[in-house]
Amino acid sequence: MKSLLKMTWMEAKLFLREPASAFFTLVFPLIYLFMYGLISGNEPTPMYGGQRALDVAIPSLTAVIIAMAGLMSNTMTMATYREKGILRRLQTTPVSPLIVLVAQVIVIFAMTSLGMLLLIAAGKLVYQVNFAGNVFSMLIGFVLSSLSFFGIGFILAGIMPTVRSAWVVAMVLLYPMLFLSGAFFSIEILPTAVQKVSAFMPLTYVVNLLRGLWAGEPWANHLLDVGVLVGMLLVGVIISAKTFRWE
Amino acid sequence: MNTIVQVNELRKTYGETVAIDEVSFEVREGEIFGMLGPNGAGKTTTIECLEGLRKPDRGTLRVLGVDPQRESHILRERTGIQLQQSNLPDRMKVWEALDLYASFYPKTTDWEELLVQLGLEEKRNTPFAKLSGGQKQRLFIALALLPDPQLVFLDELTTGLDPQARHAIWDLVRDVRARGKTVFLTTHFMEEAERLCDRVAILDHGRIVALDTPTALIHGLDAEERVIFNVDGPLPASFAKALPDAVRLEVEATRVIIHGKNDREIPLVSEVVNLLTGQGVAFHDLRTEQPTLEDVFLSLTGHQIRE
Repeated sequence: MKSLLKMTWMEAKLFLREPASAFFTLVFPLIYLFMYGLISGNEPTPMYGGQRALDVAIPSLTAVIIAMAGLMSNTMTMATYREKGILRRLQTTPVSPLIVLVAQVIVIFAMTSLGMLLLIAAGKLVYQVNFAGNVFSMLIGFVLSSLSFFGIGFILAGIMPTVRSAWVVAMVLLYPMLFLSGAFFSIEILPTAVQKVSAFMPLTYVVNLLRGLWAGEPWANHLLDVGVLVGMLLVGVIISAKTFRWE
Repeated sequence: MNTIVQVNELRKTYGETVAIDEVSFEVREGEIFGMLGPNGAGKTTTIECLEGLRKPDRGTLRVLGVDPQRESHILRERTGIQLQQSNLPDRMKVWEALDLYASFYPKTTDWEELLVQLGLEEKRNTPFAKLSGGQKQRLFIALALLPDPQLVFLDELTTGLDPQARHAIWDLVRDVRARGKTVFLTTHFMEEAERLCDRVAILDHGRIVALDTPTALIHGLDAEERVIFNVDGPLPASFAKALPDAVRLEVEATRVIIHGKNDREIPLVSEVVNLLTGQGVAFHDLRTEQPTLEDVFLSLTGHQIRE
């Protein structure tokens, strides 16, 4: 337990000392929010059923944070630790690999949460965004989405032979997802053919679920999203555990 | 004296390649035991089998009385390990590394003290990436000593360090032994093995070709030592006559080389100097060349260690 606490605290400090990961999780989403504010203004939009573009932007950008934390920060940290022999050094001590993984999940999750809180705070203060949902439901949706996405990062770091290759695959997965899942632009403005592609993007289900819960829709409207994300979570845990290597 | 490590008929292959074969030896309590050999001789494979990081194909291993594979959890708490290839996160500070690693063990020595002993006090807030090669190695030694282990493994400890840093590290390893710990190290530096180790196993192509104290290995070689000097004028004939029969004289212009066995009762050099001063021969730049482990390695394997 002492090891887990120390390890978690250490990983949190290292995360914040790494400018790229701290920027993409904490600052970048805010920049995007203000860009939305400048472009789309603060008026209700018929496309969103009377919601304002900025109300929709908060859950969508939360999905962006989750995708970036899971695919960029998580993949890079784990792949680098393995390639540089940092995990090997840990292997020579009595510490369990589970502690390494759990500490990593806690830190990435905490940072993702912090990113979301900053986003909501900025949205409330600057644009008076409207939250029509239930805080508890929103929280559960956020935890489920985050954990199911972090698994992808662990799997990539586990199966790709080098940091470089893990990074390339992470980017190849991340970019189309950001643009085609509705995270950056609403799917509604994309051509119908492209909208079909988005059904294959895991991030689409995160965007749908978080947007729905934010707008106060019931869970019953999002059973598909929940099903897909729970499936991803289970597969993620099993494969991460199976593909974990010290070296 | 207690046996700390016992290895019998160890064999490990990687696919078709036989990394080590028929390797047997013992490490005694309180000694610095060195495994010397060129790159690819099987040193790291051997040390990693002992550490429980690799599974041998055949052979029996006992480290601190336990099987390093099946009882690795016991070994982890009682051994200190410095790996040939490993790192810490770039932005982790020296004190943070010690503090973090200390939390992994049920019982540790005071890391603040280790910091002072290893000369890292001034670097306590320096991130890992900003440390020099020698400082990184000292930090790894500190991490290895953290659990107050009975046995310390050091794999290629001074590779990549400049001579000054290397000598400082040797002193540290001697300190570790002075604290009653046993040290098992691998190296491909002849000088390191000769000056640091109490006993050396010479490894070549995965097999132990010799095992003894460095002095015994060199004496067992039956090799020659040489005394070399320059004379100002011609060497008088009486000098050559007065030399003992067992030595050989070689003269190239003003340069004189005298070869002799290194098992003599009176050292060759004092005999030569006595003769020269007794006969009033002016000489300068006198030096001696002793056989080294390098010569031992060459005579046992038929090749140089650096090839």
